[in-house]
Amino acid sequence: MMNKSLLDFPSYRTLVLGVGNLLLSDEGFGIHVIRRLVERYEIPNEVQVLDGGTLGMDLLYYLEGVENLLLIDAVEARREAGTLIRLSGEEVPAFLSLKVSPHQLGVPDMLAAARLKGSFPKNIVLWGVQPASLEIGMELSETVAPLVDVVVENIMRELRNWGVSR
Amino acid sequence: MTRIAIDPITRIEGHLRIEVQVDNGAVSDAWASSTMFRGIEIILKGRDPREAWAITQRACGVCTTVHAFASVRAVEDALGIQIPDNARILRNLIEGIQFVQDHVIHFYHLHALDWVDVVSALDADPAATSTLAQSISDWPKSSTNYFKAVKDKLAAYVSSGQLGPFANAYWGHPAYKLPPEANLMAVAHYLEALEWQRDVIRAHALLGAKNPHLQTYLVGGMATPIDPSSQAAINADTIAMLKGLFQTAADFVHKVYLPDLLAIAPFYLEWAGIGAGVGNYLAYGEYPDKDGNFFFPQGYILGKDLSKVYPLDHNKITEHVAHSWYEYDDESKGKHPWEGETRPKFTGPQPPYEFLETDQKYSWMKAPRLNETPMEVGPLARMLVAYASGQPQVKKTVDYVLKTLGAGPEALFSTLGRTAARCIETVVLADQLGAWTDELAANIKGGDIAIHAGAEAWDPKNWPAEAQGWGHIEAPRGALGHWIKIKDQKIYNYQMVVPSTWNCSPRDMKGQQGPYEAALMGTPIADEKKPLEVLRTIHSFDPCMACGVHLLDAEGNELTEVRFDPAEGMSAPVLRMAPVR
Repeated sequence: MMNKSLLDFPSYRTLVLGVGNLLLSDEGFGIHVIRRLVERYEIPNEVQVLDGGTLGMDLLYYLEGVENLLLIDAVEARREAGTLIRLSGEEVPAFLSLKVSPHQLGVPDMLAAARLKGSFPKNIVLWGVQPASLEIGMELSETVAPLVDVVVENIMRELRNWGVSR
Repeated sequence: MTRIAIDPITRIEGHLRIEVQVDNGAVSDAWASSTMFRGIEIILKGRDPREAWAITQRACGVCTTVHAFASVRAVEDALGIQIPDNARILRNLIEGIQFVQDHVIHFYHLHALDWVDVVSALDADPAATSTLAQSISDWPKSSTNYFKAVKDKLAAYVSSGQLGPFANAYWGHPAYKLPPEANLMAVAHYLEALEWQRDVIRAHALLGAKNPHLQTYLVGGMATPIDPSSQAAINADTIAMLKGLFQTAADFVHKVYLPDLLAIAPFYLEWAGIGAGVGNYLAYGEYPDKDGNFFFPQGYILGKDLSKVYPLDHNKITEHVAHSWYEYDDESKGKHPWEGETRPKFTGPQPPYEFLETDQKYSWMKAPRLNETPMEVGPLARMLVAYASGQPQVKKTVDYVLKTLGAGPEALFSTLGRTAARCIETVVLADQLGAWTDELAANIKGGDIAIHAGAEAWDPKNWPAEAQGWGHIEAPRGALGHWIKIKDQKIYNYQMVVPSTWNCSPRDMKGQQGPYEAALMGTPIADEKKPLEVLRTIHSFDPCMACGVHLLDAEGNELTEVRFDPAEGMSAPVLRMAPVR
């Protein structure tokens, strides 16, 4: 659990980062996905899978040295509930930086800060879902729940594309 | 007379909305509204009280540790559980470094942008910036070449067109007063703070609190073992590493944060006369010592009178809903959180709307009151209660800052005072972390490695049929309370009154304004289309509405929808993609 390496930076080349609020049904999609992912698959040593919750800047630590970043989140894309979205490369930060004011730190700031620091990942992919429900609750909606497996399979595919999956 | 609505005021759309009425260039009335329902209490009913902390810590990404902490304290209070001394110290250390990190992030990454014109930094002379930096601190990163490199980095970043955290600000606004060199110095420290905060928070990992979501809290104590002979436990190496991290934390706070505050404040001294607010300050007290006395004392101050600190009786706390989108049977009275109810009833306008109906219900925040009086909570409240109580470290640091700025204690009741109090608190805490670490080391050396009250207290069959408790902590943003009622070993009622509920409170049944609202009264507004001055005061409270959603927004952007083409091997369950509603 604990050793001296905690004072070193993590050396993962690939980070699979699920974010969202677990208490607001479909808003927790990213967390449900990474939980299913680690249940179903043995994760290669060079890949870190992280439940980022609603954290922002605290996640910067885990981005250190990461070349491939795979984000999973609920997204407001003005699409039909249950629509899956895949963005990659420069689409991701451009998408994230829309309609935000400068005063609450989240994933977009984490990426912006990484860019400013010069530690921006080489590859970024975002898998998002248009939520059906943001009601209080720890379960996904019927519309979105089946998509967890879909995204899990696609995460494995993304990892293979990056050449880091077994 | 003009009415202005500012929404969103935090990054998260729909969380905090401010409406102000402006007369002759100054705010003549103000309303604060949280426009998103947050009802985590509903999830908790019927659950095992011992697992509440893991759920409450998900309420907010900014404040994970504090909700976990308040929750275990509530259950411990209800069941009369005394935690071991080591658990007390470990909690102080985890919370203490959280405060230090959180306050520095707030200053550099959130609040500084209200005072520092990032774009103006591009006009700075690196040599003059170096001279300025060396005149205020012996912090080593202060050469001309260093500031030139920062300026080049910033220029490259700005020219990339993706401003990220620097987007959408009011750059060039006449209310920005700093010379370009001070702006460049602040940008350099913004970048340094990024690295620094990432480093110092590793103290959490060392204390066994698995990041990013802490796993070490436990009703009755902590889960992380202490064992001097194990590499998998808190041991002498851990202590040494903690001391190193806390020294790193204190160095930055003393040599960068405090000098920056003292260098920037003189350009904005008029803000020592703006933004006072309700003038009543409440602190629950935090960082208990061995005897249960708080390092930052408990109590409250009324009407800006520093000559008297009143003792707190939490039974006098009530929440009102006269202007909140909730239902009580009798809305002329407030309810103590143990009797609290969360019955949402939205009666506001449907979006898109121009303004809220502020003469009726207008917020998802309830209105907490102490003895029917609105109270400000947060670093300023804590420092004022500590100062008035004669807490020696706080008194010394407050007096130093006031003397340096040539101001009296009355300057503290202001927007600038709130910002200064946060820095003062950071200095005092950063200096204390080492001493608490020494206490832990002394216990371990003396053979005391207990971290939990034991199985008896943990076992529900030893609990009374009914119990109630109050878990209070000071979170970075202010007084946080979790109130729990336990019946038949299950949660019967759970109510959280978070710091932003106190500060962002709407009016109550008597029409008394909440702290944000009161603090905006009289604020000068240079440009109604760019109400930077409103943001300064609201941000000085460090608003956190993240207890709600966090959904990423993509309006107006062309998106690549995923087409499920089995030939491309994307996925099998294509049929799920056309959900029937």
